[in-house]
Amino acid sequence: MKDTDIKRLLYTHLLCIFSIILSVFIPSLFLENFSILETHLTWLCICSGFVTAVNLVLYLAVKPNTSSKRSSLSHKVTRFLKCCVYFLMSCFSFHVIFVLYGAPLIELALETFLFAVILSTFTTVPCLCLLGPNLKAWLRVFSRNGVSSIWENSLQMTTISSFVGAWLGALPIPLDWERPWQVWPISCTLGATFGYVAGLVISPLWIYWNRKQLTYKNN
Amino acid sequence: MRLGSGTFATCCVAIEVLGIAVFLRGFFPAPVRSSARAEHGAEPPAPEPSAGASSNWTTLPSPLFSKVVIVLIDALRDDFVFGSKGVKFMPYTTYLVEKGASHSFVAEAKPPTVTMPRIKALMTGSLPGFVDVVRNLNSPALLEDSVIRQAKTAGKRIIFYGDETWVKLFPKHFVEYDGTTSFFVSDYTEVDNNVTRHLDKVLKRGDWDMLILHYLGLDHIGHISGPNSPLIGHKLSEMDSVLMKIHTSLQSKERETPLPNLLVLCGDHGMSETGSHGASSMEEVNTPLILISSAFERKPGDIRHPKHVQQTDVAATLAIALGLRIPKDSVGSLLFPVVEGRPIREQLRFLHLNTVQLSKLLQENVPSYEKDPGFEQFKMSERLHGNWIRLYLEEKHSEVLFNLGSKVLRQYLAALKTLSLSLSTQVAQYDMYSMMVGTVVVLEVLTLLLLSVPQALHRKAELEVPLSSPGFSLLFYLVILVLSALHVIVCTSAESSCYFCGLSWLAAGGVMVLASALLCMVVSVLTNMLVGGNASRKNPVHPSSRWSELDLLILLGTAGHVLSLGASSFVEEEHQTWYFLVNTLCLALSQETYRNCFLGDDSEPPCGLRVEQGLDGATAAWQDGPACDALERDKGHRSPSASQVLRGHEKWMVLASPWLILACCRLLRSLNQTGVQWAHRPDLGHWLTSSDHKAELSVLAAISLLVVFVLVQRGCSSVSKAALALGLLGVYCYRAAIGSVRFPWRPDSKDISKGIIEARFVYVFVLGILFTGTKDLLKSQVIAADFQLKTTLMTKFIWKPLRHDAAEITVMHYWFGQAFFYFQGNSNNIATVDISAGFVGLDTYVEIPAVLLTAFGTYAGPVLWASHLVHFLSSETRRCLWTLDTPTLGQSVDRPL
Repeated sequence: MKDTDIKRLLYTHLLCIFSIILSVFIPSLFLENFSILETHLTWLCICSGFVTAVNLVLYLAVKPNTSSKRSSLSHKVTRFLKCCVYFLMSCFSFHVIFVLYGAPLIELALETFLFAVILSTFTTVPCLCLLGPNLKAWLRVFSRNGVSSIWENSLQMTTISSFVGAWLGALPIPLDWERPWQVWPISCTLGATFGYVAGLVISPLWIYWNRKQLTYKNN
Repeated sequence: MRLGSGTFATCCVAIEVLGIAVFLRGFFPAPVRSSARAEHGAEPPAPEPSAGASSNWTTLPSPLFSKVVIVLIDALRDDFVFGSKGVKFMPYTTYLVEKGASHSFVAEAKPPTVTMPRIKALMTGSLPGFVDVVRNLNSPALLEDSVIRQAKTAGKRIIFYGDETWVKLFPKHFVEYDGTTSFFVSDYTEVDNNVTRHLDKVLKRGDWDMLILHYLGLDHIGHISGPNSPLIGHKLSEMDSVLMKIHTSLQSKERETPLPNLLVLCGDHGMSETGSHGASSMEEVNTPLILISSAFERKPGDIRHPKHVQQTDVAATLAIALGLRIPKDSVGSLLFPVVEGRPIREQLRFLHLNTVQLSKLLQENVPSYEKDPGFEQFKMSERLHGNWIRLYLEEKHSEVLFNLGSKVLRQYLAALKTLSLSLSTQVAQYDMYSMMVGTVVVLEVLTLLLLSVPQALHRKAELEVPLSSPGFSLLFYLVILVLSALHVIVCTSAESSCYFCGLSWLAAGGVMVLASALLCMVVSVLTNMLVGGNASRKNPVHPSSRWSELDLLILLGTAGHVLSLGASSFVEEEHQTWYFLVNTLCLALSQETYRNCFLGDDSEPPCGLRVEQGLDGATAAWQDGPACDALERDKGHRSPSASQVLRGHEKWMVLASPWLILACCRLLRSLNQTGVQWAHRPDLGHWLTSSDHKAELSVLAAISLLVVFVLVQRGCSSVSKAALALGLLGVYCYRAAIGSVRFPWRPDSKDISKGIIEARFVYVFVLGILFTGTKDLLKSQVIAADFQLKTTLMTKFIWKPLRHDAAEITVMHYWFGQAFFYFQGNSNNIATVDISAGFVGLDTYVEIPAVLLTAFGTYAGPVLWASHLVHFLSSETRRCLWTLDTPTLGQSVDRPL
């Protein structure tokens, strides 16, 4: 197990966390009355944009899985388009799942959709960056004993922790505290964000602690 | 001693029920009662106190009013009269409240806010307990002392029109009555016309002393369409005109009689935002109480704001107003404004009578009554009163007398308040000792059950019940001794009455023996396990075990649900928890099916072992048996299903079924909004049942019945198929007959029959299926259809391929059953219990079938799932079990969407 790899992983994750923190503070310089709770939708858009951008940049800069075959430009373009389609599909399927979970069908549709977008940003975008639009690889990574590098391992952890965060975020909604953050979908988006951040922090540490035990098939 | 696991479980359940019964007896307070029965209540009224000089006023004071009319409007909320609705729809009443000769109050009804206990509270002044709710359906005659009884013995003529409950409560007390039944909740005009039609005649006649009118229409409207419906306004205007009629008639009559008349307008309970009642929210508890009489004349500019009083105060006030003895069990205090216009001596006399009655009640119910501040105040004010009487008899009309009199008055009022309060809290006091005993028994049984689960999972398990070893018998006797010592100490030092101390020594001793025996058993099983655990730990045959996500979810979900019940809003919104958990379960299931399908042989730990690891008592010796057993069972249906799964068409069904279930859940969820916070939101159920959408409802009902038929009829013999079809047809006919759906060939039938024949028709078919033992199940209604769909999907595509073990499936079934309970529109609020299900197919109220039907109607969801569980676990002996479901048909039929 290469320590440099883990170090790179840690730095990229720190950058992601930094981008989320920036998305909280930077807009208040340009926008009047910006706050996470009151102008939640704006924050959602900005945060999702930041995280996507950082992920893309990191992917281009670090290239964790250097694919051996060089591909043509057209191939790259179709690949990119495919990624976009996958992203949109994941947004819509998340939206459907939220509605199935009891989110209002007609009213607050924009809020629900933006929640779906941010959750896709935390989960689908890293997957797309790392694995590409390749369902086989996704299934392999998210099944037991299927990971083949620390990058995929950390991907698994951040994704699951974002889902769990969003899931836990729904718990305080029925409480009668009448707080502004209990409004749908704020608690869930905050939960997803915290879950993502927690996943980003925990996964390098966990991999570092268990570096002796971890053995990957292809590495 | 060895016990079969079945016997053991039965014993545990029986003991558990006993423990819960003891606990409930302590939890539900015993009502405050006067021990002297009303029959021999001919003791003379308390004479006026006097210090030294003898007062000649020993009889009851004479009545203040000649005629009393009580207009009771069911579910009249305080803002219907005092709020904006009152101003808009009840102009006459509003005028009376604001400017007329009246006193208005907001009377607070104590929960349960259900009609019968409220009538009792109004007329007896006592606080009926929760036990009375059960008897709300079939109210037996009231044995306690009440204003009505007092009036009857005093020779007053009482006329009653309205809710039948009164006639049942006071069977021989009215000289003339016409009871209307609240059987048909959908009718809100006839019930009230039935009352009003007598009004002109009776008011003209005037040969009565007390007239009671109980209007049910408003309550029915609330149940149908909630407090914000436009129908409410019409009803309130109607009530306003009734009130105006009565008031003008009483005023015109007043010139002939020396005494003024009294008109009382009150509600028995309020109405929640959903239109129901029964709980203790502000809307349900606050009712208006308006006393109108020319005796309450006021000067212009005298603004009287409605004061908050207790509903129990009405009884005492009415008794005083009519010159009657105050009912013995009344905990209410006189509404002082009513007597304010009288001379001060009379005022004092009334207050004295009231305090004497309350202090008597206190003496009988509280052992240490002398220490009660209310009682001390009473003694003091009685002394002051005596002094005042002496002064009064000596010299009349002086400033001193008046000042002293008002001081005594204040003293009395304070005493009344404290007395009334301490009596009311007496009712709300828990019997801690009984509750503790019940809890201890229940906890012991629970530990015993938990400890013996690993043993009991063994199919032919026999449980060792250690009773005879000397160490434990010593422990047993010691514990008995300690417990009886405790019992004696608690019972001799108890301040308030205690049920458990009131039991005979034999019964209390029996419970103590039981408790100590259970304790010994728990201890011995625990030691056995520890010893056995040490032995088996040496033997490291721990099969590689990893908990699947599903196991984790089920464990966390169950634990989380238990924890969430600590927060009151999670209790109110418990349905949200269940929906959330069920959804997550579905997603987890779908994830598992996907994994199984796409990565065929990835994760195949012998799943039969999971449960044993979950409960992991480190008992390797026991494990062999169940594990092998489960494995065998597993193999049984692995071979066919595994090959089945991967066939193309079926594979897609497997993949789609969790999503279908999720979609169904979402649909059902929007069918009924329950809980507290979002209960007022419009839901599909209301939309469907509103009269504009009858066609949609009819189509939906027909489709769902068809779906039921299609899904059920497979594998039935032709006879049972026919019976099933006829039964389902009968269901539809029944609903058409009660007017909730319509026949295609008779679109505008106005006559709403009771639907009794149709319902019986259904019952006959159900019974027929039951008796002939024919093949399969039969159930109905949208929910049932959906349930059917789901269970079919589930069994066919999820449980079979996934090969879960019994414990997991049990938990899943339980979750789904709970979710269905809430899908039906139930909640933890007693008001959501739909009593009308108890009347399907019955002409009149028959207690046992009605209670059974109501219970089935309420718990149809959990019962269906439980029976499906049994069916699933014993697939071989399937046919007899399904017939269990059939009784639920009848009332799930009627359950309004």
